[in-house]
Amino acid sequence: MSAPAATSRRDFLRTGATIGAGLVIAIYLPGCSRRGDADERAGAASGDPPFAPNAFLRIGTDDSVTVIVGYSEMGQGVATSIPMLVAEELDADWSKVKMEFAPADKVYANPLFGAQGTGGSTAVRGAWKPMSLAGAAAREMLVAAAAATWGVDAASCSTKNGAVTHSSGKSLRYGQLVAKAATLAVPSSPTLKDPKKRWLVGTPRRRLDTPAKTNGSAKFGIDTQLPGMLVATVARCPVFGGKVAKVDDAKAKTVPGVKHVVPLSSGVAVVATGFWPAKQGRDALAITWDEGPFAGASSESISRELAKAVRQKGAVARHDGAGAASLAHGRKVSAVYEVPFLAHATMEPMNCTADVRADGCDVWVPTQFQSKAQATAATITGLPPEKVRVHTTFLGGGFGRRSEADFVAEAVEASKAVGAPVKVVWTREDDMRHDFYRPATYNTLEASLGANGMPVAYVHHVAGPSIMARVFPGSLRNGLDSTNVEGSADVAYDIPNFHVEFVRHEVGVPVGFWRSVGDSQNGFITESFIDELAHAAGKDPYEFRKALLAKAPRQLGVLDLAAEKAGWGTPLPSGQFRGIAMVDSYGSHVAEVAEISIDANQSVKVHRVVCAVDCGAVVNPLTIEAQMQSAIVYGLTAALYGDITIKDGRVTQGNFDSYRMLRMPEMPKIEVHIVPSTEAPGGVGEPGLPPIAPAVANAVFAATGKRSRTLPIRLTVA
Amino acid sequence: MAAFTLNVNGSAHTIDVAPDTPLLWAIRDNVGLTGTKFGCGMALCGACTVHLDGQPTRSCVTPVSAVGSKKITTIEGLSPDSTHPVQQAWIAEDVPQCGYCQSGQIMSAAALLAKTPHPTDEDIDAAMSGNICRCGTYQRIRAAIHRAAGQAST
Repeated sequence: MSAPAATSRRDFLRTGATIGAGLVIAIYLPGCSRRGDADERAGAASGDPPFAPNAFLRIGTDDSVTVIVGYSEMGQGVATSIPMLVAEELDADWSKVKMEFAPADKVYANPLFGAQGTGGSTAVRGAWKPMSLAGAAAREMLVAAAAATWGVDAASCSTKNGAVTHSSGKSLRYGQLVAKAATLAVPSSPTLKDPKKRWLVGTPRRRLDTPAKTNGSAKFGIDTQLPGMLVATVARCPVFGGKVAKVDDAKAKTVPGVKHVVPLSSGVAVVATGFWPAKQGRDALAITWDEGPFAGASSESISRELAKAVRQKGAVARHDGAGAASLAHGRKVSAVYEVPFLAHATMEPMNCTADVRADGCDVWVPTQFQSKAQATAATITGLPPEKVRVHTTFLGGGFGRRSEADFVAEAVEASKAVGAPVKVVWTREDDMRHDFYRPATYNTLEASLGANGMPVAYVHHVAGPSIMARVFPGSLRNGLDSTNVEGSADVAYDIPNFHVEFVRHEVGVPVGFWRSVGDSQNGFITESFIDELAHAAGKDPYEFRKALLAKAPRQLGVLDLAAEKAGWGTPLPSGQFRGIAMVDSYGSHVAEVAEISIDANQSVKVHRVVCAVDCGAVVNPLTIEAQMQSAIVYGLTAALYGDITIKDGRVTQGNFDSYRMLRMPEMPKIEVHIVPSTEAPGGVGEPGLPPIAPAVANAVFAATGKRSRTLPIRLTVA
Repeated sequence: MAAFTLNVNGSAHTIDVAPDTPLLWAIRDNVGLTGTKFGCGMALCGACTVHLDGQPTRSCVTPVSAVGSKKITTIEGLSPDSTHPVQQAWIAEDVPQCGYCQSGQIMSAAALLAKTPHPTDEDIDAAMSGNICRCGTYQRIRAAIHRAAGQAST
């Protein structure tokens, strides 16, 4: 998901009453910015929400500080970064800080979406101000409580390491002050500290969730266990858009452990005492499918359709200068780029547990979109949303896949049908064949170079299916889905005549957000084509980009840093070659240099990746390093191997044997360099991804003279 | 259905399941230990790795009927209090991201170090190539294995 700019807003803080014995600080944000019709679809707030007794921060008499995190932890480190924001302003004892995941509630809406969800690398960007204010407000209240206790001026008190200290030297720990502090009014506009005085934000901190993730105790959605719970697997039509025509479940019902076979909107659920009997029961179903109109589709037919569509007039995403008319001048370069569908393949397959009762519904789910999960369950059960309690577990990977609620609907429908708690568990094959895929697109690019070799005109036409048309239809403007052109229309290169157009063409394959979304494919296309232009002009690809970024200091900064740290222009070991790329996404700027060689089997081996990132102000450098490594591996896996193909209307791949993953022996050495910055924070979970495919493809060109205009990069004909 | 007595982390558990039930699901759904993860069901990703008499084993393709009296060690049984050197190294190197694959990674790494106390990078590649991490934590896993072995990262 890409994020819109936040609008200005007033922030309000409230105290809760004491819960047990402690201080609770709540905060809510009236008038959150909106995105399309997200609110309506997600059941989020309209207008000012009433105060709900939910908290962002709880301080116990035992000095414990618990930060309630309304964002989903899917590996990106938010369960550590957000507590850091609070603890910084609170001057908490970091060793006493814990976190809990929030329930689904309007009060936890992501300020950048207006609904509770995690995506688009928005968590820290959205949370920075409110969570800092919550910490600062609590600190001021604790200081006031101490000053009142001692009968001194609050200005003569200071805070550090979870205690208030008076100038005379006397000191009280926060736990000793919470009872009094909870009786005080919450300051309406607490003062945030001077960034120069930060002791926690910006320093490397290990994750809070690591111990639980190294001893088996971290609970993911699939680990949910409830008294009386049954487990279901679901048979779904292998062809997209198909449905059940006839079911014979006689044999399935004879499998020991199978309790129910029930129809669902998505197919047929076999509900049993555990996963294995549920799967054996599913394998024993005899289902006749009505495969529907997509049954004849293939990757080839889709490619032909998109190649035709790209010639149509589309929605204009950018038009600078004379646009395409300027192509007539200078030396023309043109190319066609095509990218495939991709599955997310989170390590934890999709799953959800629901307990539907007459008086309410509980849902335990690894979700990126609590508001949507809640609204989905409310619609199916007929319960008001507040009767649906969403319990967010750890997510075994998200990457955009878990912003959907198809797996929530299945669990809620199954629990409602059988009158017991049901956990729906997908197999790996279910996961790969019933995904919402990164859109395949077909692209034509044209440019003209002036007498000095620099581009005068640049034109990119994109054809492909739209994500937003299904997910947030209200966000489309004149047929333009901004996610289809991010990474192509918003590039920083200084080219006077620039034109980008999008033709929406649906092909029957469901598409969704895939880590870094449009930037993941357009970053490849744009940065490969820019490389083509550099070579056509006879210029060094780094110097060529540098010249085009003279007016873009932050982009130039990461480009220069990556080139310098990689030793651009210095000799490499024999057989190794470099490629460079720079992409802006999600408010951050990332440049990468890849060093590759090509082995005797014509396989690409990536030896080293040097990454330079400018993501504005830094919360936790260890997290930024980890997220750059993570995004590079995710993007490199796709660049080298990722290809979901369609045959007879269904996905060909099913498991990790046919949808290959990067493994330990293929792991390059990744170096991450962070640009020091006091700018507003940018995203971190996604921006490391877009530059890796073009950096590698450009290195492959340097090695072979062959341009990879399709993904995955293949040097031999398949 | 048939009764099987499994020796899991030093305790005997008698369960009644179909003989072809994979050990993974017996551990998760019947014994109730959920630290061992389901990722692929075909021994392709390593998330389900446990030790059988100390040998790293993909529990998703091991029928419960084939286990017999072998000692099963899961992530929960690696150490009672997260003090196993591999767990400690994982914490020191801040390895996990989403964390879902890490039980399997740790069990594979612990088996490697038990057999090869000072593994080379090539040893690590060979022992860990069956464990997929979609978050891309491989670089920190490598560093953590070297740390657990008491070596500097190479």
